[in-house]
Amino acid sequence: MEILLAIMIGFLYAAGIYMIMRRSIVKLILGIVLLGNGVNLLIFLLGRITKGEPPIIPGTESVIEGLYADPIPQALILTAIVISFGLQSFAIILVKRAYKVLGTDDLDQLNTTDENS
Amino acid sequence: MKTIILQTASNYLLPVLLLFSVFILLRGHYLPGGGFVGGLVAAIAFVLDAFANGINETKRVLKFHPGYFMPVGLGIAFLSAISPIVLADLPIMTGLWADGSIPVLGTIGSALFFDTGVYLVVIGAALTIIFTISESA
Amino acid sequence: MLTAILLGFLFAIFLVFTGKFFRGKFAVISSLIPISLFAYFLSFISQISNGEIVTQKINWIPSFGVDLTFKLDGLSLLFALMITGVGSLVFLYTSAYLKGHKYLDRFYGYLSLFMAAMLGLVLSDNLMSMFIFWELTSISSFFLIGFNNDAKDSRKSALTALGITGIGGLLLLGGAVLLGYMTGTYEISEMLSQTDLIQSHPYYALAVILIFAAAFTKSAQFPFHFWLPGAMKAPTPVSTYLHSATMVKAGVYLLFRLSPVLGGSELWHTTLIVFGAITMLYSAIHILFRTDLKGILAYSTISALGILVFLIGIGTQAALIAAAVFIIVHALYKASLFLITGIIDHETKTRDITKLAGLRKVLMPVAIAGFIAALISGGVPPTLGFVGKDLIYEATLGSQYAIILTALAVITKILLFYGGFVAGVKPFTGKLPQKFEKIHMPSPLMWIPPLLMVILGLVFGLLPSLIESAFAKPITQVMFENPENFQLKLWHGFNTVLGLSAITIIIGTVMYFIIKPTYAKENFIQKLDFIAPKDLMLKGSTAFEKFGKLWTNFFQNGYLRDYVGIVVAVIIGLISFLLLPNFQLRLDYSSLEDVTVYEIAIILMMFAAIVFTVFTNSRLAAVASMGIVGFSFSLLFLFYSAPDLAMTQFSVDTLTVILFVLVLYKLPKYLKMTKRKSRMKHGALAVVFGSLMTLLVLSVLQEPKNNEITKYYAENAYKLAHGKNIVNVILVDFRGIDTMIEISVLIVAALGVFGLLKLRLRPKDKIK
Repeated sequence: MEILLAIMIGFLYAAGIYMIMRRSIVKLILGIVLLGNGVNLLIFLLGRITKGEPPIIPGTESVIEGLYADPIPQALILTAIVISFGLQSFAIILVKRAYKVLGTDDLDQLNTTDENS
Repeated sequence: MKTIILQTASNYLLPVLLLFSVFILLRGHYLPGGGFVGGLVAAIAFVLDAFANGINETKRVLKFHPGYFMPVGLGIAFLSAISPIVLADLPIMTGLWADGSIPVLGTIGSALFFDTGVYLVVIGAALTIIFTISESA
Repeated sequence: MLTAILLGFLFAIFLVFTGKFFRGKFAVISSLIPISLFAYFLSFISQISNGEIVTQKINWIPSFGVDLTFKLDGLSLLFALMITGVGSLVFLYTSAYLKGHKYLDRFYGYLSLFMAAMLGLVLSDNLMSMFIFWELTSISSFFLIGFNNDAKDSRKSALTALGITGIGGLLLLGGAVLLGYMTGTYEISEMLSQTDLIQSHPYYALAVILIFAAAFTKSAQFPFHFWLPGAMKAPTPVSTYLHSATMVKAGVYLLFRLSPVLGGSELWHTTLIVFGAITMLYSAIHILFRTDLKGILAYSTISALGILVFLIGIGTQAALIAAAVFIIVHALYKASLFLITGIIDHETKTRDITKLAGLRKVLMPVAIAGFIAALISGGVPPTLGFVGKDLIYEATLGSQYAIILTALAVITKILLFYGGFVAGVKPFTGKLPQKFEKIHMPSPLMWIPPLLMVILGLVFGLLPSLIESAFAKPITQVMFENPENFQLKLWHGFNTVLGLSAITIIIGTVMYFIIKPTYAKENFIQKLDFIAPKDLMLKGSTAFEKFGKLWTNFFQNGYLRDYVGIVVAVIIGLISFLLLPNFQLRLDYSSLEDVTVYEIAIILMMFAAIVFTVFTNSRLAAVASMGIVGFSFSLLFLFYSAPDLAMTQFSVDTLTVILFVLVLYKLPKYLKMTKRKSRMKHGALAVVFGSLMTLLVLSVLQEPKNNEITKYYAENAYKLAHGKNIVNVILVDFRGIDTMIEISVLIVAALGVFGLLKLRLRPKDKIK
C-alpha cells in the first residue's frame, strides 16, 4: 500500500504545482489546497501506516503496548488541517477582494507593483 | 434555501449537534475527539442552522457576534497555560490534575480547560469567517 | 555601573510617556541625568589614580561567552568623564538652543539613549557587548543627524552616516568573532595574556584589518571620512556632542583599548601611521577651502582624529600619553567652538564665515570663549593645548622616522591653528555689519558651557599635574606593563620642541592674517569632488542600485508562474542531484498483497477526483471534486488508525466546500487563458516534480524509522498527562504552546477575513 500512497503523493504534488502555475486565481487556490493535501499525506506516510491500531491507550491500562500508529505525525497533520482552513479562507477572500477592486482574476494582469502602475 | 423540512429539522439538530460537539470535546483526552474537532462540529451546527433559517436568525440565537468566542477562548487557554506558574510554581503548561475521577471526563485538569479554549477559538474563527463571507456575498 | 548605563536608557523610555512635560519649561531638568552621572564617575578619580580597577560582571549569555562585563580603568574613566561632562553641558545648552522646539523631548530621548550607549561602549570589557553598544551609538546618531527629518539633506546625511558606521559595526563584529575564535574568550582583559598566541595566529592580519575598518569608519578616517561633514546637518548640540567630543572618538577608543592586545606588529603600526597621517593632512588642507563654520570645524575634527590615530600608530609611551592628553584638549576646545558656532548660528542665522565679523561688540563673553578656544586649539601657552602640542612633537621626535613624522605633525598643527582662529576669532573681529547690530546676548545656558570648558582648558594648562595623576598615569598603567615615569609640564626649557611650537604659532598667525576664506576657493575644491572618496562611493552605490534593479526586474517579472517555475526547477535540480546518483529502489511489493478492495477504491476515487479538479472547465465541479478529494482523505485516515484526523478532515472539508461555494458564486467563469505550449511546459515540470517526490518518499521509506520520541509520548501520555488519546495529549499538553500559537494564527486569519470584507475602500483607491 505504501507504494500506492507514494505515487498518490507525487500525483498530488504534480496536480498542485500545475494548478498553481495557471493564470486564474481560483485555480491558484485549488492548487494550494491540493499541494497542502499532498504535504499532509507525505507527513502521514513518513510516520509509517498501521491498520486498525489507533494511538489510544486501552481502557484499563496505563501504557500502550504492541503495535500502534505513530501519534506524532497525526498531531502535526491535525493542526495543519485546521490551519489550512484558516489559510484557505483567507486566500479565498483575498482573491475575492482583489477581483472586486481590480476587476480581474487574471494573474497576468496583477504583475506590477503599486510603484509602477 | 429556506425549506420547511430543513428548518424543522435544524431546530432539533442545532441543540443535538451542539451537545454532540461538547461530548466530543470532553471525551477528547481518552478517545478520539478534542477541542479542534468539537469546535468544528459546533461550527457546522451553526452553519447548518444559518442555511436553514438565515444568518440573522442564527445570530439572534447566538445573542452576540461569534467573533467574541475567539478572545474568550484564547484567554481560557492562556490562563490554563499559566495556571501552573501561578498556582503551583511549576513551569508553564505543566498539567495540573484534581484528585479522583469523574465518569466520562476522567480526571479534571488544566488540559481540559486548555482544550475548551481551543474549542471556543475554533468555533469563533470558523463562524466569523463563514458569517462574514455569506453576509457580504 | 550597570545602573549608570541603564539610567540613560530608562530616561529615554521614560521620556516617551512624559514627553509633554519635558518639552516645555522643564527641559533643563533633564540635564540632571548627565550631571549626576558625571558626579558619579568623578567620585572614582581617586580610586583610579591609585591604580585600582573597578569591575562588574553580569552574566548574559554565558554559554556564548557574551556577558556584560564593565571595567572602569584610567582609559574608560577618561572617556566616561568626557561623555558625561560634555553631555551635561550639551544637555544644558540644548534646553536653550532648541527652546520651544516641537520635538524637544524626542531630542532629549535620542541624546540620552546615545549617552547611555556610549557609556556602555567605553565601559564594556566584553567585545560582544561592546559591539552592541557600538551599534546603538550608530543608530542613535542616525536619529540625531536626521533630527530635522523634513529636510531631504538631513535624511540623506543620516543615511550615509548610518551606512558607513553600520558597515563598520558589522566589521567590528567580524573582528570580535575572530578574536574570540583565536582566544576562546570575548573579554579583552583575558585576551591580554594571550597576545603572543593572537599575533602568531594566521587570522591575526584579518582580525586587525577588520578592527581597523571598524575604527576608521567610526572615527572618520580617510577614505571613510566623508560622512562626518555630512553629519553637520544635525543641530549644533549634536555636532558638538557626537561628532566632535564622543562618538567619533569611539574608533580611537577601540584602537587604544586593543593596542596592548593587537599592537606591536609592523602591520598595526605602519597602517595606523599611514592612515592617520593621510587623514590629518588631507582634512587639514581642506580647512583652507571652507567658508561654512561648521564645515571648517568638521574638517579640523577629522584632522584631529587623524592625529590621534597617527599617535596610536607610533605607539610609544610618549605617543600614547600625547594621544590621551590631546583627546582632552580636543574635547575642550572643539566642543566649545561648536557651541560658539551654535550661538552665532542661533543669533545671526548664518554660519558663513565671510559674512560674519565684529560680533564681539554684541556677544562679548562668547568672543572671550572663542578666543581662548582658539588659543587652546593653536597650542598657545599657557593653555592645555600647549602641553598637548608639545607632547605630540616629543612623541614624533622620539619615533623611528622622526623627521618625516615631525614635519607632518607640524604642518597639520599649523593648519589646525589657522582653522581654530578662523572659527574662534574671526567672527568676532573687524567691523560689525549693520544688520547684526540688534543682536543681543543669548540665555546664559548657552554661553556659560563653552566658557566653562575653555576656562578648564586654561586651568589644566597651568596645572598639568591634575591631568597627569587623574588620567595620564592610570592610562599608561593600562597600556603598558611597566610604564616609565614621566611628568606633564608646561615649561620644558629651551629645546627643539619649543622651537617647533614657536614655528607653529608664528606661521599659523601669519597664515591667519594673510589667507582669507572665500567662495572662490570653496568652488575650486568642489571641482575636484569627482575624485573625492565621497563621490566615488556614492557613484558606486548608485551603480550597485542600478544593477540591483536590473537583476530584480529580470527575476521578478511579476508573473507568479515564473516564480513558481523557477523555484520548482531549482528544487528538481537539487533533489535529483542528491537523490539520483546512488539511488537504488528496492520496492517491497509484499505490502501490496494485503491491500483490500476498499483501499483500492479510495485511491481510485481520489485519483479520479484530482484529475477532474485539474481538467474541468466548471468551477463548481472543480470545487465539488476537491471536496471528494478531502472526504477520501478522511476515509484514508480512518483506515490507517487516525480517527482524530478523519474527524477533523471531514469537518474542515465540509466547511471549506461551503466557503468555496459561497465565494465562487461571485467570481468570473474560468477562461482558457494560457497557451497550449505553456500548459505543456508546466505540465511537464509538474509531472517531473511529482515523480521525484514519489521517488523521494519511497527512498525515505526504505530507511528505518526513529521511534524514540514516539515511545516517550506513548509511555508518558497517561503517567504525566492523565490522557489516553495520545494525539490529543500531544496537542493539549506536550506541545501545548504550539497549539496555543496555532489558535492564535487561526484568530489572525479570521480577523483578516473579517477586516478584508468589512473594510470599505475610499473611491479613489478603486482601480477601474
